[in-house]
Amino acid sequence: MAKMESTFANMVLVLTAIALISALLLGFTHLQTAERIAENRAARQRAALEVVLPEFDNDPMEEAYEIESIERLLFHPATFEDEPIGLAIRTYSRQAYGGELQLMVGFSPDGIITGVQVLQHSETPGLGDAITRDRFLKQFRDIDPREFDLRASVDNGDIDTITAATISTRAVADAIRRAVDAFEKVEGAQ
Amino acid sequence: MAGDYVTIVIAAMLVNNLVLVQFLGICPFLGVSSRLSTAIGMSAAVMFVMTIAGIATYLIRQFLLMPLELQFLQTVAFILVIASLVQLVEIVMKKVSPPLHQALGVFLPLITTNCAIMGVALLIVQHQYDLAQTILFAIASAIGFTIALVAFAGIRERLALMPVPKAMRGGPIALVTAGLLALAFMGFQGLA
Amino acid sequence: MADGLSFKNEITKGLFRENPVFAMLLGMCPVLGVTSTAINGIGMGVASSAVLLSSNVVVALIRDLIPEKVRIPAYIVVIASFVTVVDLTMAAYLPELHESLGLFIPLIVVNCLILGRAEAFASRNILASSVIDAVTMGVGFTVALAMLGAVREVLGSGSLFGLAFVHEDATTMLLFIMPPGAFIALGFLIAGVNTGVRKARAVAAAARARAVSAEPAAEGVR
Repeated sequence: MAKMESTFANMVLVLTAIALISALLLGFTHLQTAERIAENRAARQRAALEVVLPEFDNDPMEEAYEIESIERLLFHPATFEDEPIGLAIRTYSRQAYGGELQLMVGFSPDGIITGVQVLQHSETPGLGDAITRDRFLKQFRDIDPREFDLRASVDNGDIDTITAATISTRAVADAIRRAVDAFEKVEGAQ
Repeated sequence: MAGDYVTIVIAAMLVNNLVLVQFLGICPFLGVSSRLSTAIGMSAAVMFVMTIAGIATYLIRQFLLMPLELQFLQTVAFILVIASLVQLVEIVMKKVSPPLHQALGVFLPLITTNCAIMGVALLIVQHQYDLAQTILFAIASAIGFTIALVAFAGIRERLALMPVPKAMRGGPIALVTAGLLALAFMGFQGLA
Repeated sequence: MADGLSFKNEITKGLFRENPVFAMLLGMCPVLGVTSTAINGIGMGVASSAVLLSSNVVVALIRDLIPEKVRIPAYIVVIASFVTVVDLTMAAYLPELHESLGLFIPLIVVNCLILGRAEAFASRNILASSVIDAVTMGVGFTVALAMLGAVREVLGSGSLFGLAFVHEDATTMLLFIMPPGAFIALGFLIAGVNTGVRKARAVAAAARARAVSAEPAAEGVR
């Protein structure tokens, strides 16, 4: 086969054709994977809700709501036999080492933190990603934010700092404090 | 708010240095660092393209990809924008400022596959910066790249005169040196 | 005979003589960026190899249809498309690996190794040899990433493939997970591998010299 000449028409034609084919291929892949990616994300959130909240029988994912004055936080109310038993707040921090950190923080109705899970992070594998381990997260189980100083131990707070991952620990603290502030605002309003 | 901007600049320049902490732009870092003068030329070209590319990719994402919900085309769109920008910059530079073109021309084609440019464009998305923060972040990152590259080139010029064990010559000793430089940059941790 | 030789030639080329990481220092950003564990290293290696193979195949197939002057933009679109396919597929089926490789998956698009092979090899060779080139180069790249990941994980976390062999609270050499350790570990790894390759080559050359002196008729096989 002879090599295509580099005339203007040829160049435009070939590039357009390649762009079209690639757009079709990507559109197809996107359609194939989009649902599954969304499902993965939802499954992860659901799993996190189950860990941070006591047993519930409603659907906190479905009933999630936002509050206008508190940007970007998502509130998941949990009930058992129509009794409110807790509230999970999806919170974030931008102080993490790599990109945004997203946490799910569970509260009991009287404001005790019932658990924390990491939803999304870009911390260094082997270092900062220790924040996802149960060993680190279990210190947030059943603590009272009015008594527990939600700052890293290197900043004279009560959170055990992960060795060599001070920044990641601080980001977790920042995200939890944001959730606590929001919880107080929501509960105070009621 | 001003404090936020200072944090972005310090973080991008030193704490999260593009080359030594984020591992972006390693190819030019190792490739054009054997002489100080070429390192400076490369840095200038990167700074120029990185700033424009940061702004251009930000605008493309905000006003084209997001409204049309085509975020999955981001990688393709960004690399095409960067590749065209590099060509455009080269053509404009040739016309407007031939001396500048002569100085930076040889580095421009290399920049398309410089992961630092693409990396910064993607980091801007990841950090969800607004336009002002985007510009600041792109410039500060480029300065961080320059600091690392120029410091490294300075060290390598001296290293070239040293007796190095046969096994370590070339790439290995350069990497170990970069490691020590990265170790020094870890001292900036906690600044921002 | 000649065919067998060149096939073997191709394989040792990708793995040793022209190993993209050890011999040519290509595609270094992901090499350093994601190798804090062996699994991540392999994941990145396989993802890059998949893109390398697909783009080498497509470039080899359409090389005669692309006008000379727009070949680089055309290759870039081809590569970027495959990167996006890999990116989306991993997000759908391997969400955890996808998350820990993060930024470096879209950055496969600017991996000099891939554009380099498209431009230097696939655009000039027929399909079959382009496939072999992509596979050997991809395997070489993956092996290098896995080796570096294993070294860093063992020294830095005291584990291999996520299986810890030290106590949870044990003090490990955290430096090797952190950025400086990546550079230093790779430096010594390259020095080690290159010395090994040089030694092996010297041994082979000596063996050949002996064979040639013993049997002059074998000359020409090299």
